[in-house]
Amino acid sequence: MNDERNAVKTLNRSALTELLVRRLRHDEAVIGGIGNSNFDLFAAGHRPQNFYMLGSMGLACPIALGVALAQPERGVIALEGDGSILMGLGCLATIANLKPRNLTLIIWDNGIYQITGKQRAATAGASDIVAIARGAGINHSAWVRDEQHFEKLLDRRFDDGGPVLLAVKVDDQPGKGQTPRDPTLIRSRFMKGLGTGRSAGLEI
Amino acid sequence: MTWSDTLLRILKDNDIRLIAYVPDNVLTPLIAGVSADNYFLPVNATREDEAIGTATGAYMAGLRGAVMMQTSGFALIANALASLVLPYQIPTVMVISERGTMGEFNIGQALVARTMRPVLDTLGIVHHTLSDEANMQFIVDSSIKQAYATQAPVAFILSPLLTGGNPAAKAKLKI
Repeated sequence: MNDERNAVKTLNRSALTELLVRRLRHDEAVIGGIGNSNFDLFAAGHRPQNFYMLGSMGLACPIALGVALAQPERGVIALEGDGSILMGLGCLATIANLKPRNLTLIIWDNGIYQITGKQRAATAGASDIVAIARGAGINHSAWVRDEQHFEKLLDRRFDDGGPVLLAVKVDDQPGKGQTPRDPTLIRSRFMKGLGTGRSAGLEI
Repeated sequence: MTWSDTLLRILKDNDIRLIAYVPDNVLTPLIAGVSADNYFLPVNATREDEAIGTATGAYMAGLRGAVMMQTSGFALIANALASLVLPYQIPTVMVISERGTMGEFNIGQALVARTMRPVLDTLGIVHHTLSDEANMQFIVDSSIKQAYATQAPVAFILSPLLTGGNPAAKAKLKI
């Protein structure tokens, strides 16, 4: 398994997030995990179906699972860091057993806790996220080899074929943007984007 | 009707379908009831904060949920409550089976139980201890409606007075 991991190119999270957002065609919900994952999602251009997680480290994938179960016809994508997924690996087993076909997990693996001072993470050593995900039972788990491979892997319907986990080796660059720190606004806009808001008439 | 049938019926009456839980002995009849009824969508989570995250996502996407856990599991979710549920104003219905009191055999449970109500109070989360099936309907139904109306979490603590406590405790308490 580590051979597969060692063969991949190191990519840039901001650039790949932009590429992902450009490819979304069907109002897919995107859950950006704490820190750089959601900063880059915001920097790629706000969409009504984006949710930005400002705390609760490790819960981007469980939140995305909840969205996927509630709206099985909508593609749902979680963007999560390696340090974050290491904090809540159990959710991979939960997702593997529930098998939501409309859920895709993208793990940005820079091998460090970039935002807290670049401290080394277990993923810089022996721990392989794709091997962990496969062991948890997410059979469609893969290392992204390069930009072209990433584009190819994204060239699919996000509302079917899941659960899918893609792990991407990324560099140590910080996120490009800063998401506004207004949780109720984020929640309200996200719900409006998913058609579940109850503030009809208050928002233009 | 048993207390668990009553509780599940009240959840149903309030359109709560997703049940995310980490198992516990006292919760067994609730989990069995949820699993036996196609109305419910059970999520067997590995940790309690994970269950909170899944219920949060489901709520935002239009599906109401409840999270079931035991006392020690509640001790794992302070950060999820303080950094997700409360600031994002997510109406989260929590059902907590109370361990650590009235015949607890496990010292760890007895100690961690002391943190539960102080944490709920510190975070300003409405909580009710259910000890009598006679007033469950009123307390639970009205409090769930209040949670959704005010976009705030609510915790229902299942007292051993209601549930009979952990069925495994009696044998282990003999000295």
